[in-house]
Amino acid sequence: MKRVPDMELRFAIAPDRKSLEPSGLKYDMSDFDGYALEVALRLVEKSGAGEVVLISLGPDGVQETLRKGLAIGAARAVHLQAADVPVDGFAVAHALAAELRGGGYDLILFGRMATDTASGTVGPMVAELLGLPCVTAISQLDVAEGSGTARRDLEGAAEMVRFPMPAVLSIDEGIARPRLATLKGIMAAKKKPLEVKPAALGEARLTVEAMALPAERSGPRFLGEGSDAVPELVQRLRTEAKVL
Amino acid sequence: MAGTFAFAESRNGELRKVGFEAVTAARQAADASGGGDVHALIVGAPGIAAQADALGRYGADNVVVVEHAALERYSPEVVAATAAERIRSGQYRAAFFSASAQGRDLAPRVAAQLGVTLASDVIAFELQGDDVLAQHPAYTGKVIVTLRLTGVPAVLSLRPGALTAVEQPRSARIEQAAPAVDPASARVVVTELLQQTATKLDLGEAPVIVSGGRGLRAAEHFKLVEDLAAAFGNAAVGATRAVTDDGWRPATDQIGQTGRLVSPDLYVAVGISGAIQHLAGMRTAKTIVAINKDKDAPIFKVADYGIVGDLFEIMPRLTDEVRKARGSR
Repeated sequence: MKRVPDMELRFAIAPDRKSLEPSGLKYDMSDFDGYALEVALRLVEKSGAGEVVLISLGPDGVQETLRKGLAIGAARAVHLQAADVPVDGFAVAHALAAELRGGGYDLILFGRMATDTASGTVGPMVAELLGLPCVTAISQLDVAEGSGTARRDLEGAAEMVRFPMPAVLSIDEGIARPRLATLKGIMAAKKKPLEVKPAALGEARLTVEAMALPAERSGPRFLGEGSDAVPELVQRLRTEAKVL
Repeated sequence: MAGTFAFAESRNGELRKVGFEAVTAARQAADASGGGDVHALIVGAPGIAAQADALGRYGADNVVVVEHAALERYSPEVVAATAAERIRSGQYRAAFFSASAQGRDLAPRVAAQLGVTLASDVIAFELQGDDVLAQHPAYTGKVIVTLRLTGVPAVLSLRPGALTAVEQPRSARIEQAAPAVDPASARVVVTELLQQTATKLDLGEAPVIVSGGRGLRAAEHFKLVEDLAAAFGNAAVGATRAVTDDGWRPATDQIGQTGRLVSPDLYVAVGISGAIQHLAGMRTAKTIVAINKDKDAPIFKVADYGIVGDLFEIMPRLTDEVRKARGSR
């Protein structure tokens, strides 16, 4: 799971022009990863055996996010220490694959993508590095003995996918409503194992060159009130935007 | 001078518009590096070869067609292995995919098989020596990140619609090839394709998207949105998460961080307040129109044109005027 900034906040670019101004940022578990955790917990509960292990990569702050996941119900956690989370998904995938290899996991779940970078590359890359079957962006999941079926939403369509286990899956939002941590869970989480080890990151071949806020839209924002503004809108769509 | 590669996405035996966008990007990259050849790959059931000429229209010099009876539906492992094999043997400068639902599944697999990374969901790019500089909307579109992608081949996936497909006709050579792995050996199998939208144009294809939100107040009022989309003639209907959560529209219509991330030529937001999660999915559209009763709604901050007022009064007139404007062309 990835620790990401709260997206509701207003972002500012730091003086180096390639990072976010860190002051005022609040962090939490990436939304989609919360769904992946919920799916994992339900599968373990349903089967009556096994455990959910959390892995996160990044600076020491990720331990806070891992503790939250432990409070929600995971059994133990691994923190792969890195100064930051590289934007290079393949570099991250190397570190995760090194940790996951030989772990004997039935399913390795990811969120469909991290809410900050919205790339969705790490899950399928880990699958390739481990040689495991992979299904991405799952909106419905049914797991039986040794195999599963999943639904993936596409543009204006959906597809049903069959896969064998072990497998790597990435989970879309809405599949299962994530539970909240209880007070009892929060207390129990303090005693659950959280292992810390260095991340064996691959070479970074994708780096941040610059960050900028999106250009302001230049158009006149308001053309007026009510349907009287419609003719001007249509006119401008024709002459300025050239979409009519 | 270096060749480039484009994956020409298809569904149900039809090329997708995003495939032409990938070919256009590959053409640009080849021209920028001194005019190499563009190779496009199309994979599907027997008969898909008939689509190959269309790729030449958008600038492909060579079209590799992989036909197999077991490839009627997308087969992630077979397509990834086949694309990776072609890219490896072609020694391309760059390889382009779409960041569509299929491309987001495919491109990271291909990159990993090639042992390289991926610049995902790119809205603009330029070659710079051996590197590629690629722009990517991050933090729900609130920040534009310029990424430096090092190494060859540079593998990129393009946000649907961000790059306009441009016709640059070539007489493409067409070459038949076999899948890199036996389709019968695939572990992951797409067993069924469920068509959700009755209209021909879906959110990944339409140059215009008309989207509705809670301001429509009831599922049946989506007719207003559908009518405007029909008046445009080239529009798909989208929706906010609130609306798909309530079951007014299918989940596959959802635009936003948790749905589709799109970049159409025109986006018309009807009764949509503009939650961050929705803006993430559409703020890179080339032109944005917002219709909302609340002049302080956040959607107006990203709109080019806004009308404040009662959408139930505005929409019928807008539909009428758009129909007239199109009729008089």
